[in-house]
Amino acid sequence: MLINGAQAVIESLKKEGVKVVFGYPGGAVLTLYDELYKMKFPHVLTKHEQGAVHAADGYARATGEVGVCFATSGPGATNLVTGIATANMDSVPLVCVTGQVGNPFIGKDSFQEADICGITTPITKHNYLVKSAAELPRVLKEAFFIARTGRPGPVVIDVAKDVFAAKLDYQYPEIVKLRGYTGDFVGVESEIEAVVAALEIAKRPLFFVGGGVTISDTAAQLREIVELTGIPVVSTLMGLGCAAAEEGNLGMAGMHGSYAANMAIMECDLLIGLGVRFDDRVTGIVSEFAPKAAIVQFDVDPAEINKNVRVDYRVCGDLRWSMPLFAGQICAEGGSLKQRFLSWRQHLIGLNREKPLCYHKEDTVVMPQQVIETVNELADKDAIVVTDVGQHQMWTAQFYKFRQSRRLLTSGGLGTMGYGLPAAIGAKMGQPNRQVILFTGDGSIMMNCQEFATAADYEVPVKVIVLHNHVLGMVTQWQRMFYGQRYSQSLLNGKTDFVKLAEAMGVKGYRVDRPEQLKPVLEEALAFDGAVLVDVMVPDVEDVLPMVPGGKRLDQMVLGDEM
Amino acid sequence: MKKFLLAVLVDNKPGVLTHVAGLISRRAFNIESIAAGYTEEPDVTRINIVVSVDSELELEQVINQLTKLIDVIKIVNLSEIDSIKRELVLLKVRATPKTRADIINVVNIFRAKIVDVGRENVVIELTGEQSKIDALCEVLADYEIIEIARTGAIALSRGPLPAREM
Repeated sequence: MLINGAQAVIESLKKEGVKVVFGYPGGAVLTLYDELYKMKFPHVLTKHEQGAVHAADGYARATGEVGVCFATSGPGATNLVTGIATANMDSVPLVCVTGQVGNPFIGKDSFQEADICGITTPITKHNYLVKSAAELPRVLKEAFFIARTGRPGPVVIDVAKDVFAAKLDYQYPEIVKLRGYTGDFVGVESEIEAVVAALEIAKRPLFFVGGGVTISDTAAQLREIVELTGIPVVSTLMGLGCAAAEEGNLGMAGMHGSYAANMAIMECDLLIGLGVRFDDRVTGIVSEFAPKAAIVQFDVDPAEINKNVRVDYRVCGDLRWSMPLFAGQICAEGGSLKQRFLSWRQHLIGLNREKPLCYHKEDTVVMPQQVIETVNELADKDAIVVTDVGQHQMWTAQFYKFRQSRRLLTSGGLGTMGYGLPAAIGAKMGQPNRQVILFTGDGSIMMNCQEFATAADYEVPVKVIVLHNHVLGMVTQWQRMFYGQRYSQSLLNGKTDFVKLAEAMGVKGYRVDRPEQLKPVLEEALAFDGAVLVDVMVPDVEDVLPMVPGGKRLDQMVLGDEM
Repeated sequence: MKKFLLAVLVDNKPGVLTHVAGLISRRAFNIESIAAGYTEEPDVTRINIVVSVDSELELEQVINQLTKLIDVIKIVNLSEIDSIKRELVLLKVRATPKTRADIINVVNIFRAKIVDVGRENVVIELTGEQSKIDALCEVLADYEIIEIARTGAIALSRGPLPAREM
């Protein structure tokens, strides 16, 4: 079939089952957008390319499918960079198609030229510069395969402008042939047997659950093992929701983890990491992490083994392969293990009861944690919660009860402020039957607030809740604790009226000033048929606690006074 | 710091050197030298990398991270197996009528070659292990080395088995 490069791109998206593209047109992609128009391919025009890539990311995280975005050359492509890096750090499958200047213009500093392959090499799983139309079918097939298999990640396809117009004999390849990448991540069974043997002699085992369990959709196997053995569970930010909400699930560990979760890591004698990469936010000082434990790491990416923490047992391979085998082998002895681990489990449950996550409620002001608890109470049980970055993100992780995986979408690795609103829009488009709630702050929301217009224009009913404290909360918290309360450039005291801002773009706005308004306004906002913003005034001085200061052990937490 | 020579077989595609170099700089690995060239297979490039690392763990990280690159087909640690390592150096050395005989003497002792002679200088070629090249450079330093060009080390294992089949 003789078609042009642009048609080949759209045709390939159809073959890959892509349902929607997020993007923004421009000079180098005019031909691509012309074919998109003729072929009536679903497309969401965000207000900024950064919005497009975060929306594709939110779509991918909410659905487990590959998110796709388009942008033009030069500034269009460079505006994707933050979103690509965000997806790369959190292993989110994306395919980003960017226009490049035409072949004769490459390397001449032409108008809107940027070497996006060079720029994105350190932040992509792979990238391509396509200079001839004949390569397109193979490159697209490979890009989707690479993005979604193994440890997922973003792939950039940079296409020279003339390639979109050039003709090719289109045939979409059936299979991918890459000599250096098979996409097959089956490991060695004896590695699992070694872990089972270690578990048989362990007295205080602990599951340490990360984003890998979310990505591989193996929460069911985890829950099966936990139910059978009663092994307590702690999670990273990215792993929240994977384990069942039960007493032995101690919540998030790390810098702002619960007391019991961090103490469990310090006291356990076998730490079983599932799809975790031992990020510095979760380990505290790395040499003192889990000092009494033999450490097990299940991971699809061999380069993660021994990267940050030296492990004693490795199970290298896709969790979709290893978890069922692990569950199967444990099944054989489940009952006896449960008995043996009971006192350890009871000990941790006791710690959690003794020092739970808590905060002061006030009569006259709304506390940020209270907002999250109230939304948790009122929201649908399978709602998807999106966050931006900062204090509100940590309070969401602490106080929202995540019951299933893929329900918390947050920029964990890169910590990208401005991620939330576009990601929420993408998530809602991917899961239109689920409620999508964004918790954000008055700092973060301003970073991509133009996307309220996208939510309104496309009638995407996301529920945006701004914890409005008039400061960059996490920055002020650190300045309060470590910089002598010198609030350098962190007091916003902005004059922006968020309600008016939202309404100007066609989104319904609400404001909450007092505690008694909180529940009724949230009820109305959640029930409203359309996108809403709820601007909730919260105090400017409130710390996220507990907190493990940088360079400290996990048991050297700063606790709230009532803890 | 310990040095290891890695033979990295990669797809001969545009952008592959960017991917390898980008990874090395992003992960802050210490690289002594890189030498890339065509191989017996037309679509495969062999990149010979000498890394210096503090520990076995760091070496494992280098290899695992490089292996993750989609264009990388295979990595063999040639320092771990019996192999022949060679580097080529070209040296431009000041040579007056007074010193020329001495320099020729040194060149002969090292089994190097003089490949160009001028009124004031000679150009010397030597192939060998890094230590031998270092030794020649040290001796010739007495005669004023004007310029050095080194290729970086390359290596092949002994025996019939090629790296691609290891």
